[in-house]
Amino acid sequence: MNFILESFKQAFYLILHLDRELLEIIFLSLKVSGTALAFATLTGIPVGALLGLKKFFGRNTLITLLNTFMGLPPVVVGLFLYFLLSRSGPLGFLTLLYTPSAMIIAQSILAFPIVAAITHSSIVKVDPSVKLAAKTLGATPFQITLTMIKEARYGIIAGVCAALGRVMAEVGAILIVGGNIAGYTRVMTTTIALETDKGNFELAMALGIILLIISFLINIFLFSIQKKGTKESIQWL
Amino acid sequence: MALSLIISNITKSYNGKIVLDGCSFSFEKSGVYVLMGPNGSGKSTLLRICALLESPNNGEVVYYEDGKVVENNLNLRRRITLLLPNIGIFNTTVFKNVAYGLTIRGMNKGDIKKRVEKALDFVGLLHKKNQNALSLSSGEAKRMGIARAIVLEPEVLFLDEPTASVDQENTKIIEEILIKLKKTVNSIIVIATHDAYSAKRVGDFLLFLKDYKIC
Repeated sequence: MNFILESFKQAFYLILHLDRELLEIIFLSLKVSGTALAFATLTGIPVGALLGLKKFFGRNTLITLLNTFMGLPPVVVGLFLYFLLSRSGPLGFLTLLYTPSAMIIAQSILAFPIVAAITHSSIVKVDPSVKLAAKTLGATPFQITLTMIKEARYGIIAGVCAALGRVMAEVGAILIVGGNIAGYTRVMTTTIALETDKGNFELAMALGIILLIISFLINIFLFSIQKKGTKESIQWL
Repeated sequence: MALSLIISNITKSYNGKIVLDGCSFSFEKSGVYVLMGPNGSGKSTLLRICALLESPNNGEVVYYEDGKVVENNLNLRRRITLLLPNIGIFNTTVFKNVAYGLTIRGMNKGDIKKRVEKALDFVGLLHKKNQNALSLSSGEAKRMGIARAIVLEPEVLFLDEPTASVDQENTKIIEEILIKLKKTVNSIIVIATHDAYSAKRVGDFLLFLKDYKIC
């Protein structure tokens, strides 16, 4: 028990004294996960909307694939990406292995199916009469798509939250493609795993607490957007 | 010059079941045309075809202006409006629901405000403009749907069963709105209904859909 309390004390000491190493790790984690989430959101929402609004050959197969990929094992993604990016791999010439860019790619791959699949399921749940109403009021196909995305916004935000949880907690894939290099590719989750292995529980605990606080704050922010949406509703176009 | 509409030999079937067969009519004079017929007679299908939301299997729907054919494009579709039986409510305020059509046309906020408030006042819902539209009763929702359509000042307005699933009080209010509308606008209004009493009160021209044709 004492050992846990001591770890907590040390953790708060590191947090309160804004330890440089700690700050670097936090900043890189936020940069990698934030960029990955942004990529996954910017690509996942249009793909999910397309699958929800258009009927085309192979659509059902794509939906099934997306739903399957929602549960992709991170280490498998890391492994495939490693083969692709390693020097002898087809994308080896990009020299991305063991860089933050490789970690962003890995996390984007993990987050994309979550955003796309949840966007798709949120859009198909929107009352079809809404789409027809937009059409009768003179909306162009693009405006209809935007309207449907807005109608499905609460579900989509929940999808982005789920994807955020996935990337923030991810360790397997980024460990393989990032390599956990100190000061370069070391992020919160990989540091927690490493420092726990080394018996350096203070830093691991400090990062664990910060990880929880950051996840909590981001979720509060996203929840407040959802809540604001129900009260005022978002601006049209 | 206002739009006029001529439909010729419209045929429509779904999965081999004929709904319309050789429907022809000219909507040339402004006024209220009431299209009557029992449930399932094809009134809604005909309205959707006339509003260019669906294509017929055969026949044609042609809009004219000054005796010339008007091309079927977004510009034409924005000059006509259809109010569906299930109006399709956007999850936002009553004001923004009514403003939708104007917003997507790129109108400035000041003009939108004036026109939306005028339309909401016309249907007696101005006091509910800041309320979420999903919380309206079915009768109020229909009135909002009418406001959302008339705010666009369409030259041809189609109303599909505007008093269906509405209580008696709101039915009366909607009929009054339609009578008021017919006096204030100079456009073609086509209403599909199976309510004979309502049709007589509101309509200038009565049409019947029988044996898949207008008679």
